[in-house]
Amino acid sequence: MKVRISDDALAIACGADAVAKAFTDAGSDVERVSSWGMHWLEPLVEINGIGFGPVTPADVADILAGGADTLCIGPIAAHPFIARQQRLTFARAGKTRPLDLDDYYATGGWQGLAKAREIGPSASIEALITSGLRGRGGAGFPAGIKWRTVAGAQSPQKYIVCNADEGDSGTFADRMVMEGDPYVLIEGMAIAGHAVGASKGYVYIRSEYPHAIAKMEAAVKACAHLIAPFDVEIRVGAGAYVCGEETSLLNSLEGKRGEVRAKPPLPALEGLFGKPTVVNNVLTLATVPWVLANGAEAYAAYGMGRSRGTMPIQIAGNVKYGGLFETAFGITLGELVNDIGGGSGSGRQVRCVQVGGPLGAYHPPSQFDTPFDYEAFTGVDGLIGHGGLVVFDETVDMASQARFAMEFCAAESCGKCTPCRLGSTRGTETLDRVLAGENVDANLALIEDLCDTMKFGSLCALGGFTPYPVLSAITHFREDFVVRNKA
Amino acid sequence: MSLADILARHKGREGPLLPILHDVQAEFGHVSEDAIRTIASDLNLTRAEVHGVVSFYHDYRSTPEPRPVIKLCRAEACQARGVEALVSAMTPNPAVKVETVYCLGLCSVGPAAMVGTGVYARLDSAKLEMLVKSL
Repeated sequence: MKVRISDDALAIACGADAVAKAFTDAGSDVERVSSWGMHWLEPLVEINGIGFGPVTPADVADILAGGADTLCIGPIAAHPFIARQQRLTFARAGKTRPLDLDDYYATGGWQGLAKAREIGPSASIEALITSGLRGRGGAGFPAGIKWRTVAGAQSPQKYIVCNADEGDSGTFADRMVMEGDPYVLIEGMAIAGHAVGASKGYVYIRSEYPHAIAKMEAAVKACAHLIAPFDVEIRVGAGAYVCGEETSLLNSLEGKRGEVRAKPPLPALEGLFGKPTVVNNVLTLATVPWVLANGAEAYAAYGMGRSRGTMPIQIAGNVKYGGLFETAFGITLGELVNDIGGGSGSGRQVRCVQVGGPLGAYHPPSQFDTPFDYEAFTGVDGLIGHGGLVVFDETVDMASQARFAMEFCAAESCGKCTPCRLGSTRGTETLDRVLAGENVDANLALIEDLCDTMKFGSLCALGGFTPYPVLSAITHFREDFVVRNKA
Repeated sequence: MSLADILARHKGREGPLLPILHDVQAEFGHVSEDAIRTIASDLNLTRAEVHGVVSFYHDYRSTPEPRPVIKLCRAEACQARGVEALVSAMTPNPAVKVETVYCLGLCSVGPAAMVGTGVYARLDSAKLEMLVKSL
């Protein structure tokens, strides 16, 4: 009997290795596959398409004997959490062995690269522009336009850099791609290299992702002959959140302090080692093969407004059904949190959701009708960022969360620009006074003024977007601040 | 592996400093003042430049850490799942170093921690105490 269990870091953290061993010891043929992304069910066990989860080694005998009804979720593919999704980037999630080239080939692997080689660089770039695919790292810049700029730059050496420094709390989609479907990312990079005339690619992976690093190292070796003359090298970060910012990442790759560079010059023209460079997020590059293989129009048919295609949304924090939910843009925040996420994990009332990582705004339930769309979130003073949702229940203290946003910015600031370096520290101190009940109203006014300076005066999104969580907390949850007023 | 071996391994690589520092840290447990001097001379950089890089990144240590290290995620998603209560309930244990890390990508099953390359999720006080004791 074939038993399929994920070897994704999250499944392992939930005990998948011990469960796999128990099945092997019982004589089963265990196959380690990628994760379906239903995290509340991990370790999830699949036998003939039927799912069981969360499984412990103690359940193994029962499952093999045909019991374990309470753990059985029926056919996995028909589970509402999966059936409601539109998985393009994550088409293989749960279905293939991550490093198996036969599995990858059998599920449409390398078709995008073949197509790109067939139609040539300029048609590939046109396809990407037509698809409307925007940078999934957070900035949402049209990927095809970036590629066209690099393609048009004159240089004997160009680079493709994959930003895999996924530091936002509440996000794990990049990690899941690298651990579950590494070849799709490498294929996307090879297509990019072919399109813009770059022969070398780097994947910059954060050091907090050892499993992703190991999988990517192995994948790069295994498929080197298929992407030649393009060559991909894995580089490992060193624990600096700011290196997720593209110019800081480039400095880090060059072996420097991860300080942000002023733009212009754009990395597309003067990027890594001063050469024209495509810097794209993991999800952007991992979506490229689908666009090439299935057509730009097919991709653009999904979504709303200027947000075309699908977004792998990551539902996390205090939520009942957390995991990876890829769907066309346009789904509302409320649907994601309540219908799909099942509300809070604690069973208490949901108080707010932080969307877009530590630099994203806190949204109260009154904004739950906001559709998941770049422009719609800008319209409510927020951002979708890298697509992470962190749900909080009513026990959260929003004044502490606002302070944490400033503290995080202070801890992770690269120090290059004053509004971020000093502003975050002064902001933390000022919010400490608010927490202590000192002149709350006056100090909050000071914070609002400081946020204005940080927002418009910082070099990059770290200092520039820290005001989002701070101001949204003050705007929507002022009661948590004023209650401390001693005056 | 000696420092000279590490430097030789990365000869001719583009932007070799971070990979070198990772290897040095893995081999010796920290990046010493002597190592900085040798690396700087080998890469034709100033000591200040190498020191600047070492001190910029959270991962590099200037002194060895003899105790086992547990990295506990205290970012927003783990906060929402109660990590701060775990921290305040922790029994102080001088034999173990508890470090804060911001995000391990296990945000739907936190609180989460990492020891070496091992990852642990759905931690509660009992599980965390057990993990700390096992180190």
